Amino acid sequence: MNQLIISAATEGEVNPLMPNLWEMGVVLAGFLILLFIVVKFVVPMFEKTFAERAEAIEGGIAKAEKAQAEASAALEEYKQQLTDARAEANRIREEARAEGAQILADLKEKAAAESARITAQAHAQIESERQAAVVSLRSEVGTLATTLAGRIVGEALNDDARAARVVDRFLADLETQNAGAAK
Amino acid sequence: MHLPAILPWGAAEGFSKQMLLVLLSVVIIAAFFVLAARKQQLVPGKLQFAGEAAYGFVRNGIAKDIIGGKDFIKYVPLLFSLFFFILVNNIYGAIPLLQLPTFSHVGGAYVLAGLVYFTWIGIGLKKNGIRYFKLATVPSGVPWFILPIVIPIEIISNFLVRPVTHSLRLFATMLAGHLIMMIAGSGIEFLVMQENILLKGTSLLVLVGAIALYMLEALIMVLQAYVFTLLTAIYIEGALHADSH
Repeated sequence: MNQLIISAATEGEVNPLMPNLWEMGVVLAGFLILLFIVVKFVVPMFEKTFAERAEAIEGGIAKAEKAQAEASAALEEYKQQLTDARAEANRIREEARAEGAQILADLKEKAAAESARITAQAHAQIESERQAAVVSLRSEVGTLATTLAGRIVGEALNDDARAARVVDRFLADLETQNAGAAK
Repeated sequence: MHLPAILPWGAAEGFSKQMLLVLLSVVIIAAFFVLAARKQQLVPGKLQFAGEAAYGFVRNGIAKDIIGGKDFIKYVPLLFSLFFFILVNNIYGAIPLLQLPTFSHVGGAYVLAGLVYFTWIGIGLKKNGIRYFKLATVPSGVPWFILPIVIPIEIISNFLVRPVTHSLRLFATMLAGHLIMMIAGSGIEFLVMQENILLKGTSLLVLVGAIALYMLEALIMVLQAYVFTLLTAIYIEGALHADSH
């Protein structure tokens, strides 16, 4: 090794800045071959992969965004439906309440009418019965009174017309007496 | 400064270990990335993930951030090839037995810097026409009386010094690292051979230093690949947007 250093030192003429042309040629050729391979194969393959990957990632993002938009649209729709359903329920409830009130009022009215009708019917019946009683009483009382009076006075009041007149007069007297009593 | 040739064996000039390593690097990079990119799965496996991370580092971390716009993708192949070509060829220097960063020989660095130089000038001309040389050398918003100073400086810095610094930065760091490792190795060997036991012991100190420097060198190898690619991106961006600078 010592000898080598000495020989290198004595050789001294060599200028390190002077290139060896053969080496330059080999480096040039080697580099150009490498550049060719890189241009032809390496860079296109890497760039293709990068582009595909970027596309895949961006595609994924787009897909996710679409899904999110769809989800929010669905949510909005459901909310809308819920609101609609609530409004519908309220409306139905209101309607039912109104209808119930209406039915109640109708029933009340009907019941009132019925009771009025029943009362009126009863009044009419009573009246007619009373009328009938009055009529039958009048005729019977008349007959009885006539018969009685005939027997008492011995005179047959056979003349119906006269008898009826007598009875009427009697009853009218009776009524005026009654009216006077009532006052 | 040249390694003995492999073919023809032992000759001063010929097909050397260095040239073999350059070609090997092409095979390694191409094989790795073609294998990694081949499956094109949307959910990547381990290999594909590693390939995508490496590719994405250059694509997004350098090309997109520096050049930007819509057409940065056109320059990704160049930047990507540069970064990994330089990275692998540098890392050779940190691998035992190989231990030869390709760019510790200046020729390769000249070639790459030259390619980049003509590339960005070509881009500038294509984008702005012949006016590009004016745009690149006459900065806007500078008072007229400073222009006679500024224009020569711009010409020298952009068109003359730039490719030189671009190539020599890579070459010098790699050569320096290579030399340091070589010197440290020789130094350890020299000290171990000494009769004096204390002097022999100092070889341990050199070993510790050498390991630390090895780590530093590994870092610089990665860093220089990044710097070279980053500068390329900056030059291309400058040529593309010459009218707004």
